[in-house]
Amino acid sequence: MEQVFNFIGENIRFIYLLVLMVFLGIEVISHVPSVLHTPLMSGANAIHGVVIVGAIIVMGRAEPDNYLALILGFFAVILGTLNVVGGFVVTDRMLEMFKKKKK
Amino acid sequence: MIEKHITDLIYLLGSVTFIFGLKMLSHPDTARSGNLVAAAGMTLAIFATIFLDKTTGNYLWIFGGIAIGTVVGWIAAKKVKMTAMPQMVSLFNGMGGACAAVISFVEYTKHDFSHGGWVNIAIIMAALIIGSVSFAGSMIAFGKLNGNIGDLVFPGQKIINLLILAGAVVIAVYLSSQHSGDNTLLLIITLIALIYGVMFVMPIGCADMPVVISLLNSFTGVAAAFGGFVYNNQVMLTGGILVGSAGTILTILMCKAMNRSLFNVIAGAFGTAGGAKGGDKEQGTVKEISVSDAGVLLSYSKKVFIVPGYGLAVAQAQHTCHELEKLLEEKGVEVRYAIHPVAGRMPGHMNVLLAEADVPYDKLLEMDDANGDMDNTDVSIIIGANDVVNPAAKNDPQSPIWGMPILEVDRCHNVIIMKRSMAAGYAGIDNELFFYPKTRMLFGDAKASLQKLVTEVKAI
Repeated sequence: MEQVFNFIGENIRFIYLLVLMVFLGIEVISHVPSVLHTPLMSGANAIHGVVIVGAIIVMGRAEPDNYLALILGFFAVILGTLNVVGGFVVTDRMLEMFKKKKK
Repeated sequence: MIEKHITDLIYLLGSVTFIFGLKMLSHPDTARSGNLVAAAGMTLAIFATIFLDKTTGNYLWIFGGIAIGTVVGWIAAKKVKMTAMPQMVSLFNGMGGACAAVISFVEYTKHDFSHGGWVNIAIIMAALIIGSVSFAGSMIAFGKLNGNIGDLVFPGQKIINLLILAGAVVIAVYLSSQHSGDNTLLLIITLIALIYGVMFVMPIGCADMPVVISLLNSFTGVAAAFGGFVYNNQVMLTGGILVGSAGTILTILMCKAMNRSLFNVIAGAFGTAGGAKGGDKEQGTVKEISVSDAGVLLSYSKKVFIVPGYGLAVAQAQHTCHELEKLLEEKGVEVRYAIHPVAGRMPGHMNVLLAEADVPYDKLLEMDDANGDMDNTDVSIIIGANDVVNPAAKNDPQSPIWGMPILEVDRCHNVIIMKRSMAAGYAGIDNELFFYPKTRMLFGDAKASLQKLVTEVKAI
C-alpha cells in the first residue's frame, strides 16, 4: 500500500492531468452528430498513434548490442508510424468528401 | 537542459492540438482542419522526441522505421476503397495497439528492478495486456469486416474468455510482485493477452463491429497513456487518455444509436439469439415490381424517400443513385434521402458515400426528421438496407432488434425494396416488411437496377 502512495506522491501532477483529461475527452465528444462518428473515431485512432513517441524513446535508448530492443524497437516505430500516418490520411480522405457537398 | 524545456513546451503544444483537433472533428464545418491540426501537433511531438531528447540515438533505425511506416501507411490509406474504410481504421488501430505492446515488452526486459516498486511493473503489464488485446482484437475485427473470418460461438464461451483474462491478470500480478524479471512468463502473458483479444471479438457479429472497433480504439488510447506513465511522457499521457475517454463515450453513443447496451454487444447476443426466431411466423408472398412499373410509379410521385444501406456501398451505386434523384427532381418529384444513424457498416457511412457522389447535404435527412414526414411520402426506395427498416423492431418484442429505432418506411404509401435476394440482413433475421401489401421487390444488383431505372425514367 505504501508503494501506491509513493507512486501517487511522485506522479501527482500526472494523475491530475489524467483525471482532467478524462473529463475533457468526455466533454469534447458529447455533442457529436452521428454523421461524424466514423471520421471522429478515425481521427481519435490517429491521435493514439502518439504511442510512436514511446517507440522512438525505446529505439533511441537501445544499446547497440541489445538486439532484442533494437529489432523490437524498430518494429514498434514502423507500427506506430503506420498508425499515425494511416490514421490521419484515412480521416482526411473521409472528410474530403464531406467538404465537397458544401459547394 | 534547455532542450528539455523546449521538448516540454512542444509536448504541451501537441496536447493542445489534440484537444482542439478532437473538438473541431466533432463539427462538420471544421472537421477536416481539425484533423490537420492534430496531425501537425503529432508531427511536432515526433520530431521533438527525435531531435531534442539527448538520450536519443540510433537515428538510422528510427528514420528507417518512420520511412517504411509512412510510405506503407500513406499508400494503404490512399488506395483503400470507401467501402473498406471501417476495416482500414481497425487495421491502423491494431498497429497502434501492437506498438504499445511491443514497447512495454522491451521495457520489461530492460526494467531496473532495484528501483521503483511493483506499481511501475504493474503499469508496464497493463500497457502490455491492453495493447496486445487491442492488436489481436482489431485484427479479428478487420478479418470479419473483410469477410475472411466468420463468427465463432460455442457453449461456455463467456466463462472461458473470463478465465483467459483472469489468467493474464494473475500472471501480471505475480510478475509485478517479483523483484527480478521472468522473460518466459513475459512471453506467456503476451500470448494469453493475444488469445484473449481473439476470443473477445470472435463471437461478436459483423453488424456490431463498429462498436467493437470504437471500443478497441479507446483501449489503444489507454495503452498509450500507460506508456506515458512508463516514460514520464506528457504528450503520450494526454493523447492516450483523451482518446481513451473520448473513445469510450463514442462507443456508448454508438450503442445508443442502436438502442443496445455495451454489455449486450460484448456478449455477442445479436447473431446468435436471432436466427431461429421469426422463422415460424406466417409469411405471405412477396410481390415483385418490374423496372418500368417502378419508373412510372416514381415519376408520378410527389415525394420520394431514398433509404440507402450497406448494399448501396457494396454495389458502388451512389453515383447512379444521385443520377436517378436528379432526374426525378427535374420531373418535379421531391426526392430526399432518409439516413439511419447506423446504416451501412459504420455511423455516417452513408453520408460519406453520398457526399462522394455530390449529393447536396440538405437532401440528407436524419432519422427523426425523415420519420416525421413518412406519412406524406408516396414512395420509399430501399436500396440495400434491411435491418434499419425492419418493423419487427417496433412490433415484435421477441425480436433481437426489438426497441431499435428504425426508419418507419411502412408508413409511406408505397415501398420499393431493391435487394439482391431474400437473404436476411446482418442481424440474421427475417424482415416482415417484404411481405406487406404495399411493398414491391425489385431484385438484382443495386447499381444495375438503378441504371435500368434511370433509363426507364428518362424515357417517360
